[in-house]
Amino acid sequence: MYRFALGRLAQAIPVLLIVITVTFFLIHSAPGGPFSADKAVPPEVIKALEEQYNLNQPIWQQYLSYLGDVIQGDFGPSFKYSGRNVNELIAAGLPITAELAFYAMLVALSVGIFAGVGAAMRPNTAQDYIPMTGAMIGICMPSFLLGPLLVLVFGIYLDWLPVSGWGDIPGDKILPSITLGTGYAAYIARLSRGGMLEVLSQDYIRTARAKGLREPIIIIKHALRGGLIPVVAFLGPAFAGLLSGSFVVETIFQIPGLGRFYVQAAFNRDYTLILGMTIFLSTLIILFNLLSDMLAIWLNPKLRQEIKGAN
Amino acid sequence: MNSIETDKGSSLWKDAWIKLSKNRLALVGLGLLVILIVTSLLTPLIAPYGYEAQNLDMGATAPSLQHWLGTDIFGRDMLTRIMYGGRVSLMVGFIATAVALVIGILWGATAGFFGGRLDAIMMRIVDVLYALPFMIFIILLMVVFGRNILLLFFAIGAVEWLTMARIVRSQVMALRNQEFVEAASSLGLSQWTIIRRHIIPNTLGPVIVYTTLTIPSVMLLEAFLSFLGLGIQPPQSSWGLLINYGVETMEEYPWLLIFPGLALSLTLFALNFLGDGLRDALDPRTSKD
Repeated sequence: MYRFALGRLAQAIPVLLIVITVTFFLIHSAPGGPFSADKAVPPEVIKALEEQYNLNQPIWQQYLSYLGDVIQGDFGPSFKYSGRNVNELIAAGLPITAELAFYAMLVALSVGIFAGVGAAMRPNTAQDYIPMTGAMIGICMPSFLLGPLLVLVFGIYLDWLPVSGWGDIPGDKILPSITLGTGYAAYIARLSRGGMLEVLSQDYIRTARAKGLREPIIIIKHALRGGLIPVVAFLGPAFAGLLSGSFVVETIFQIPGLGRFYVQAAFNRDYTLILGMTIFLSTLIILFNLLSDMLAIWLNPKLRQEIKGAN
Repeated sequence: MNSIETDKGSSLWKDAWIKLSKNRLALVGLGLLVILIVTSLLTPLIAPYGYEAQNLDMGATAPSLQHWLGTDIFGRDMLTRIMYGGRVSLMVGFIATAVALVIGILWGATAGFFGGRLDAIMMRIVDVLYALPFMIFIILLMVVFGRNILLLFFAIGAVEWLTMARIVRSQVMALRNQEFVEAASSLGLSQWTIIRRHIIPNTLGPVIVYTTLTIPSVMLLEAFLSFLGLGIQPPQSSWGLLINYGVETMEEYPWLLIFPGLALSLTLFALNFLGDGLRDALDPRTSKD
């Protein structure tokens, strides 16, 4: 297990190196420099700026020095927000995005697992069809549509909840969390229904039933662990999805998190900010994928055995 | 037993059609999709107004007999806008999926058929690509190279082929060791002929299913990017872009948000139900229970 984990971790390093290299050269081949938007800036000033940001050196030299900085955890200064470096901007946005993603995940897991397990307990009845139709609606209702509709209904027509901000007015975290979490609740409901259906048809569940155990105990003690493996394996990709989903949700609700920074940096052509954030977000996503893989293996004795055999 | 074996090919499809035709939701999805495709193809002929037609004096109006879905702030007919936007959205969905399909099938079939070292290297590349956060990369590509519709097709297709390659590979690997493939090769058929005549037709089921499910996820990706302003650019229009405009004025003119949203959701609904139905009908593993 540890060897497997270390092996996967070692695999992540070349992937990260590819990410850094590709992003760096992609950004540097972009037409139009970061300062081209400010037309009033005289050429001497641009030259001075370029010198300050090492843009006048040959590109491979810029690349090597950047790589060296990144390895030490320094993403350099931001082009657009003068006087602030990328590390500071990431540090400012990260707690907000992390909190948003956490609440969204909470919504997704609690609603999704509850609906999915409930559906699997009575397949092909109303208890199955109603939540599964709801899940389908959740999948077909993307966050950039659901968010504005929720704002329209609960924020504007009913005037129950604030329509923007994060942590300024009580209750302003509710709509963004639901907006971001709903799609994942839908996927998790479908996955946990499928996983539970498979587990509930296994012999050991029949044995448990034959012993006369009550159904809730069978579900909680025996079936959930196996039935939720697909959900655990989905957590890694879901996390990546939550991060990119936060681009939209933070834009809709004007939340000053990483996602909004990223989209703004994209529009501003803020080279170093995009570069730094891409590397940072990629690292996060790769690590979370690794974690959810590990967790899925740890939960599944069959896979554990296979890995032991392979070593 | 033998007579069943000989016409297995046609009976699989007949079986599948019988199963599919019993699935009412899948049929509704299929019907909606056909209507949608026909409408998109005929849009220039049947759209109630011209694409460029606007009436600034009229501005945004609620749905009426003249404008069934109302008009936007420039007095443009919403039904017309949604029809033209749907053409772009569907086109992105189909073309990007086709790109993914071609790359995925070629890659997966090659790896699965030849096996060994080549397979190990090819699938290692897929693993590495899987670990990359593609959403971020597509945004990056759109920023760096401008918001070009061809690039969008390519970028989305380049992301979605990975799963296809894995599915095709595992199918091909399972097929490669079957007796009928051995028989074909002992009859002296070339490897290419075997791939074309025996391997590819037998992998079609899962490929069709996954294709049907890829189209909605591609359309969603396009709408997502267009909503952020990083996808389709005006004067072209797509449902994601219409939703983006709709959000800006939703307090005064909610129908400008609701109708394009409904169009997108219904289409995703149709494709997902059809895909689920096809999976139940075509994939023997999932149709057991």
